[in-house]
Amino acid sequence: MKAFAALLSREFGGSQLGAGGLGVLFFLAVVVLLPLGTGPDADVLARIAPGILWIAALLASLLGLESMFREDFETGSLEVMAMSALPLEVVVLAKCLAHWLACLLPLAALSVPCGLLLHLSANESLNVAIAMLLGTPAFSLFGSIGAALTLDARRGGLLALLLVLPLSMPPLIFGSLASGSEGNVPSLLLGAGLSLGALAVAPFLSSAILWARLRA
Amino acid sequence: MTPLMNRYAHPTHFMRVSGIALPWLAAASVIALVVALYVALFVAPEDYLQGQTVRIMFLHVPAAWLALGGYVAIAIASVTGWIWKRPLADVAARAIAPTGACFTLIVLLTGSLWGKPMWGTWWVWDARLTSVAILLLLYLGYIALWNAIEEPSLAARAAGALALIGVVNVPVIHFSVSWWNTLHQPASVLRLDGPTIHPALLVPLLLMFAALSLLMVTITLARMRLEILRRRTRMLRLRSAQA
Amino acid sequence: MGKYAVFIWSSYGVSCAVLAGLVIATIAQLYRQRRLLRRLESGSIERP
Repeated sequence: MKAFAALLSREFGGSQLGAGGLGVLFFLAVVVLLPLGTGPDADVLARIAPGILWIAALLASLLGLESMFREDFETGSLEVMAMSALPLEVVVLAKCLAHWLACLLPLAALSVPCGLLLHLSANESLNVAIAMLLGTPAFSLFGSIGAALTLDARRGGLLALLLVLPLSMPPLIFGSLASGSEGNVPSLLLGAGLSLGALAVAPFLSSAILWARLRA
Repeated sequence: MTPLMNRYAHPTHFMRVSGIALPWLAAASVIALVVALYVALFVAPEDYLQGQTVRIMFLHVPAAWLALGGYVAIAIASVTGWIWKRPLADVAARAIAPTGACFTLIVLLTGSLWGKPMWGTWWVWDARLTSVAILLLLYLGYIALWNAIEEPSLAARAAGALALIGVVNVPVIHFSVSWWNTLHQPASVLRLDGPTIHPALLVPLLLMFAALSLLMVTITLARMRLEILRRRTRMLRLRSAQA
Repeated sequence: MGKYAVFIWSSYGVSCAVLAGLVIATIAQLYRQRRLLRRLESGSIERP
């Protein structure tokens, strides 16, 4: 547990915090640019706001994927971690958690004021935030698979985006459904279920991919 | 079985056998394509519901089967390459992908051209159409991952893992038509209670399927040869760089 | 083909174009690779 906490704080403080800061800027930029693109009509903005906030969160979260394993792999730290007492699955989990805390949790919190700016009611903005809280862990977890696959790839960041996008579609669909005006409970639960499913599957898949790479 | 497989799986042997087989396969696919196109365009009767546009189905449906089948084949080849350490299986997996992607593109294009007169729109965001678009993305990601990793054995491993993850998407595509009730008509050939399609339409459909499958095998074989040549080039370059 | 001729012919047209493109690209790549390999084997290129 102590090792996990140490790893978590290392990941969080190291590369992910910077990526998270960039992600917040990206998220805010989308929110500011959206009315400039669609016109300031309140009805239009309120209708598309939940979907746009979700898409912005998904794209912003991809920023942190590149640094999830790459630096550690290139410096050899990843190998040391794999040989340590901590199972590699847990290492992956810590990295995903750090990624989520740095890159996605701030966006879930920001979606309340941003929702209000885009003419969502207070209730609706809160719906978006809750749906993001429950649904976005799947982005980090599935993202780790993309990050693990593109360790050796040139221009790995962009490629990880292409690989992660199909996996991210179900969480995006249920997430933005759950963020609709009514607050759709089944979709919310399905989104949370996807996060749990990803939690059960992704650390094992990512660490299997990493092991295969480390042994090669 | 295994020694025999080993012998045939050897690249040099494969190059010899495929070199002999390729011209014959190419000739056979050209003949089959000409026959199938003639039957589909001029012999087949028109459907009483869809009219002449049913001719688009003769392309659309076989292409969809091959697009899905190609992805499954990639996954199977990747597993074979991974578990039984057959480099030729990885070569095959990579070789299938461009053809599969082309068939997926054909499904989308012909579907659009069929949807416009039948549904009055080029595209709807229904589950099935969206899934096929995602399949194209999966193919492109797979091809891009192969191209992005220099060392073939590492690329094969990463791409194989990706194919296995993506193959989860394939059943979703096939069953999405039953899960979501949408504009798309239900599958009418692959059903447990026998095909509901009229035999006069089934014959051209299966002919086209056979011809396109033959074409896919031919292109895959040619691309496998290409990949083996590529690896040989890489080896020679590495050796000359070391010397 | 009736009033839908445009749609039918263009769907066969684009399909043929896509597949022909793939076949031509494959053949061209095969030729290029074979030529490169022959030059490498004869040793006329020292450095990649």
